[in-house]
Order: sequence, then structure tokens, then C-alpha cells
Amino acid sequence: MSATTATAGSVPGPAKNQKISLALGRRRHRTNLIIKALCVLATLIGLVLLASILLTLIYLGGSGLTLNVFTSVTKPPGSNGGLLNAILGTLIQTSVGTLIGTPIGLMVGTYLAEYGRHSTLANSIRFVSDVLLSAPSILIGLFIYEICVEPFGGFSGVAGCLALAVIVIPIVVRTTEDMLQLIPPSLREAAVALGAPKWKMIVLICYRAAKDGIATGVLLAVARIAGETAPLLFTSLGNSSALGSMTTPMSSLPVTIYQYAGSAFQDWVQLAWVGALLITIGVLATNILARFALRGGR
Amino acid sequence: MQQTVILPMSSAGGRRISIGDPIFAGLAFAAGFFVLLLLGSIILSLFFGGMPAFRAFGLSFLTSATWDPVHHVFGAAVSIYGTLLTSVLALIFAVPLAFGIAFFLTELAPDWMRRPVGTAVELLAAVPSIIYGMWGFFIIVPIMSQYIEPTLIDTFDGIPVLQDLFAGPPFGTGLFTAALILAVMVIPFISATMRDVFDTVPAVYKESAYGVGCTTWEVMRSIVLPYTRVSVVGGIMLGLGRALGETMAVTFVIGNSDQISSSLFGSGNTIASIVALEFPESPAGSLKLASLLALGFILFVISFIVLAISRYLLRPRLKA
Repeated sequence: MSATTATAGSVPGPAKNQKISLALGRRRHRTNLIIKALCVLATLIGLVLLASILLTLIYLGGSGLTLNVFTSVTKPPGSNGGLLNAILGTLIQTSVGTLIGTPIGLMVGTYLAEYGRHSTLANSIRFVSDVLLSAPSILIGLFIYEICVEPFGGFSGVAGCLALAVIVIPIVVRTTEDMLQLIPPSLREAAVALGAPKWKMIVLICYRAAKDGIATGVLLAVARIAGETAPLLFTSLGNSSALGSMTTPMSSLPVTIYQYAGSAFQDWVQLAWVGALLITIGVLATNILARFALRGGR
Repeated sequence: MQQTVILPMSSAGGRRISIGDPIFAGLAFAAGFFVLLLLGSIILSLFFGGMPAFRAFGLSFLTSATWDPVHHVFGAAVSIYGTLLTSVLALIFAVPLAFGIAFFLTELAPDWMRRPVGTAVELLAAVPSIIYGMWGFFIIVPIMSQYIEPTLIDTFDGIPVLQDLFAGPPFGTGLFTAALILAVMVIPFISATMRDVFDTVPAVYKESAYGVGCTTWEVMRSIVLPYTRVSVVGGIMLGLGRALGETMAVTFVIGNSDQISSSLFGSGNTIASIVALEFPESPAGSLKLASLLALGFILFVISFIVLAISRYLLRPRLKA
């Protein structure tokens, strides 16, 4: 008894006075509890925001979801138009944009992971690609406008596809490089030891081993560009006929939503909500699919 | 015996294949170089596109607050002010929330909850920006104008400085609302980066802190945060980079005016929103279009600097 008090007295710090140390302990635990509660609250706020967006879309968009939306094209207000041309335009531009951007992104990712590695050139390409990844998409639209719309005298679906392709490239670069780097060197060495040239090793071994991850990147890119509005405002603009050619203005869901949501006509605003619901379902579903592909790959 | 016949064939095959290697390597190199070229041409095209405006107004383009399409006088100050103000304000709202979410996901949440909650927060980043615009305009703006803005105006009435910041008619649209929507949009980016870097803290550091009796918050404050400080700032800069260039959502809710408002509830514009709005009324070759391209160039420079800093700060941590 006396021995313990003697040791307690010789230990420096707040433990000397039991009352103070107990109070301090209580305060520390109270702080801890409060901060934990705030963190749970922050997470709840995040989830509530997501739920609020989704419920708003389902509530306001769901009520206008009729077959007509998918079968007729956009028409003047009051004449029962649909979104057919916008849906087709988004599908066409998204797929062509992905088809152009993916091979380029794939090759850049290959260069970074297999050839350039940590050379100065590879590092600067990596840096530039990361900047492009987060660069404001409206600037990519302005850029394509300057090189593709102004010189050729008109907005076109081609320009829209190119703008979207530019957005696809850095996304595919990032995932391709990351995935190729995850492949164990022994796999590569095995291929090379059998006498396979480097390109066969990359195409037949590395791509195959990384295909789930690369597919994830492509899906994420699709999800990203399907909802892009700003670059399309300056490139493909929009029209109201169902199947325009690639060299004329082409409508898309996001641009149509933008034009309709700001209008004063009730039926246009309603259609904008339907379009918003469609595009969000598409984008989120693609995103979740991509995540499952990644999980399967691991 | 007969296997010797195979040898010349395989060596012939080897020679044929050896052409494939330089072709493939060349393609990969060309693609890599193309990316450099792409960024270079984006910068140059914006710069030369904006050249007429720079030439007409000189350096005062950056400081002039006039935007007068009738008299062809254009200045960037209002939109640069709006861009920086909304983005910084958005970070002030977003960083505490993003930190809370990252803290929750890495230290507090039970294992079964981490993946679904983490995915849900990341889905917030996947929602297209136009949807945020509509949601902001039709849902958040009425709430702001009916409840939040009048309350804030009453609360700060009579307090110097603050009463000027929170003043004016509560329209619901304006810089403040734009910053709120931006905050929601960048939260997932910041919290995802924070979560990733928090996960890089070696478990043994945290365990030793718990071992001497630290609470969860003390471990976060004295072990995890100091260890990841630089990367956390990098993540915040990444969020800033996103907020600076956000277009559609801001265009819906910022109110679009060409004047600098002293109140946060006043309307304004950002570089991205003015480009999106004024572009349809800018004929090719006009000074107005050149001014918009010049604004685009300025935005590119600002976001390039922010993203470069972010990458520099995040580099060592995410490599490890």
C-alpha cells in the first residue's frame, strides 16, 4: 500500500493527483465521443445527400416516364415530344468516343508500365495525363471547338465524339498502367524465357492478366462521358431529328436536359427530369458494374 | 533426328516476329507522345484563341470588372473572383465533412459497413454534374431562399463584417449556394483520397498509440494526421482543382451576374459558367469569343497550377 503510493508520487505528470487525472480522462473520452459522433453525422449527411438526389430523380422523373419518351423525338413545347434523338445521340457519341479513346489510352498505359517506366519522358507523360484527368471538361470542349468546329464551319457529332475521346484517354491510361504494374514479374519472365518477343508477352500475357482491371477503367470512362454536358455544348450542340449524320449537329441527353431544364415550359421541364433519371440510372449502373468487374479481377 | 528440321523454321519465325517488337514499341511511344502533344495543343489553342482579347485589353483584362458585350469591353475580374470564392468556400464546407467520412470509414465503421458506405459516397462523384445543377436549382435553391438564407441574415444582423457578407434579398441562387453544391460534388474526391492515405499509416504506429491509452481521436490527431499531413493537403488541392472547373452545376445556381457582389448571397459567375452561358451568343471571330477563350486559358493556368501542386504533394504517399 505504502509502496504503491510512494511510486505513484515519484511518477511525473498528471497521475500525481487522482482527481485531476480522472477529470482529464473523462474530458478526453468526452472529446473522443463527440468527434466520433460528428464523423458518423458527416457520413450520414453524405448518404442523405445521395439519397436525396436519387429520390428527387425517381419522384420527379419517374412520373413522366412513358413509352413516348423512347419512341418520339424532341418536339416544340406542348406537342408531346420524347427523347429518342437525345438517347440515340448519347449512345452513339459515348460509344464512338470510347472506341477512339480506349486504344490510345491503352497504348499510353502500356508505354508507361512496360517501356518508359520511370524515365523523364514517362514521368512527364504520367504527369500530363493526370492533369488531363482532372482538367475542366469545358476547356476540352473549347479546344475541340477551335480545332474541329470553327475550321470546318459547323457543329458536328464527330466533334462531340472527339471531345469525349479526349476525356476517355487519361482515365484508361491510369487504370491500364495501374493494372499492368500489378502483374507479377515472374509471369513476364516466364513468357520471355519461352522465347516470346516483348509485344507478344504484353498482348498475350499482360493484357490477358489485366483485362478485368482494364475493362473497369473503360467502364468508368463510359460512365464519366455519358453524363458530360459542357464539352458537348461547344461541339455537337444538338438537333431535333432522330438519326442525324455524324457531320451535322447531334443531340445528346445531357445537352437536351440542360436546354429543357432552364426552359419555362412545364412539359419540357418534365422531360428534362425523365432524361436526368435515365442518364443517372445508366451512369450509376455502369459504375457499379465496373466495381464488380474490379472485385472479380482481384 | 527429325527434330533438327524444326530448327530453321523456328529461327525463321523468330526473325519474322522481331519486326513486331519495334512496331509495337513505336505505337506505344507515339501514343505517349500524343498525350503530351494533346495538352500542349489545348494550352496553345486557348492561348492563341484568346490572343485578340489579350491584345485588345492587355494586362487590364485580368483586373477589369467590366463585362459589356454592347460596347465590346470585356474583363475577367468578376469571373476570376467568382471562381476562386466559390471554390475556396466549397472547400471550407467540404473538408470537415470529407474528413469525417474518411475517419469514419477507416477507423470507426465496422468491417461489413465499410464497402457499401464507401461505394455510396464514391457514387456521389459519379453523378453527372448536370444532375447536381437540376437538383440544386429545383430542390436546394427553394430551401435556401425560404429557410437557410433568411435565418443566416437574421442571425448575423448587427454584427460588423458578417452582416455585410450575409446580406441582401434571399433569392436562393448566388455564390453561397453554388459553393454548397460544389462542396457536395468534391466531398467524394477528397474523402476518397483521405481514406486511401489514412490506410497507408502502418498499423504498428496506431497500435502503439492505442497501447499507451490513446483514444481513437487522439490516435487520429497525433499519429495518423501528422503522418499523412502532406497527402491530405494534396487531396484537398485535388478537390480544389475539381471545383475550379465545374461548369454545369454552377451555371444553374450561381445567378449569373456580371458584377462583384459584396454579399455571399449575391449572384455572380465563374469562368466556367460565363463561358457556358455566353458562348451561344458569341459569333466566331468576335472579340467576345476571343475573351471567352482567354478566360478559358486563365482557368486552365489556374487549374494546372493547383493540380500540379496536388500531384506533387500526393506523389510520395500513393507510390508507397
